[in-house]
Amino acid sequence: MTLKTFGLDQFGFLLFSLQWTLVLTVIALIGGGLLGFAVALARTAQLKPVRIAAASYIQIIQGIPVLMILFLSYYGLSLAGFELPPLIAAGASMTIYASGYLAEIWRGCIQAVPKQQWEASESLAMTRLQQYRYVILPQAIRISLPPTVGFAVQVVKNTSITSIIGFVELARAGQLINNATFQPFRVFLAVAALYFVVCYPLSQLSRLLERRLHVGSSR
Amino acid sequence: MSEVVVENVHKSFGALEVLKGVSLTVGRGEVFALIGRSGSGKSTLLRCMNGLEKINSGRIEIAGHALGEDAKALRKLRTDVGIVFQSYNLFPHLTVGENIMLAPRIVKDVAKTKAKEVAREVLQLVGLSEKFDSYPDQLSGGQQQRVAIARSLAMRPKVMLFDEVTSALDPELTEEVLMVMEQLARDGMTMILVTHEMGFARRVATQTIFMHKGKIWEQGSSAALFANPQTPELRQFVKSDVK
Repeated sequence: MTLKTFGLDQFGFLLFSLQWTLVLTVIALIGGGLLGFAVALARTAQLKPVRIAAASYIQIIQGIPVLMILFLSYYGLSLAGFELPPLIAAGASMTIYASGYLAEIWRGCIQAVPKQQWEASESLAMTRLQQYRYVILPQAIRISLPPTVGFAVQVVKNTSITSIIGFVELARAGQLINNATFQPFRVFLAVAALYFVVCYPLSQLSRLLERRLHVGSSR
Repeated sequence: MSEVVVENVHKSFGALEVLKGVSLTVGRGEVFALIGRSGSGKSTLLRCMNGLEKINSGRIEIAGHALGEDAKALRKLRTDVGIVFQSYNLFPHLTVGENIMLAPRIVKDVAKTKAKEVAREVLQLVGLSEKFDSYPDQLSGGQQQRVAIARSLAMRPKVMLFDEVTSALDPELTEEVLMVMEQLARDGMTMILVTHEMGFARRVATQTIFMHKGKIWEQGSSAALFANPQTPELRQFVKSDVK
């Protein structure tokens, strides 16, 4: 058996797998964004049972490790007779994970809009839907940009957990190459560097947005 | 013809009773000033009139609408009753013009060109025609408050409520806002204002109500009330106000 060494081919494989990390991140942010938005709205609803249900959802998701969500959707559902391909299981669990956190981040942003904005728009005879659509959400979205981009960094890194169910993203690709080359230091240094290349600009963007939004406090 | 009827209204926040049976009637075109110490219930009374605070008992009828539980009826009432707040509460993400046009457009389905026309008209009324495309944070406090008044007027209200609208402004800016309100009063708008501007109340209000401990303590034509206060509390209050 010939031991391969970590070279260009292997690095190419890492780059290729990085795509799947990014795909998974995008799925998590879009799916988690949609679900999280609905939960955030429910969390700020007027009906108390709706608020409680949303709060419970957030507590449960935040209170269990992503790994358990992943195992439950992959092994759990396969026991129940649903055979999920790793991408679907990985995408679904990252979506659920992201929704729990985005809902809480966005709830905070909605509640950060001053109470007087609700009163002013209410006094102008707007419906609750119109208040959200024209007055509250435009301001909340602005507030939400830095923490949301900041959270995207967490999602990028946490997709590595899906390597456990055999989904070949960046971390899993690193493991595979290491199994063949036994050069863990080189291989995982390269993997780490690739994560950094994706995450660093996002962190910077988050900071930039935060500074921007703090300076001119309008628009 | 009475535009506002308040009948035996009680309101509590938890165990604290802030309105203890308040009744008053405001005729069309009248200007009522509500004065009194902080905590006397005057702001709460005003906020009850457009349903921002729910009353515990009693009856309020304003601009021909009975205040009730139904959300749709409440919105109908609010299209006829404008309110201006101490903290202006303009929408910071919209320009002055957009602030004014928003509610007529989405609540009353006014066409865009018509809404723009109305916005220009009410802006001119408050003397800020040139600020149509400015954002609220580019304006002084006094200008923002005048825009807030214009935003309310664009809904063509029958009654205007003013909740300490000059309390956050320095004297110079206070003056420009009061001038706008005086003009409105002259034009025949029915107005109820909570104010600390005694001079303004005396000059512009047809009636002044002195509130104390959640009750209407004294009421009368502004001239008589200020010249000849009947209760020791009002005498004390008028005396302590240097303005």
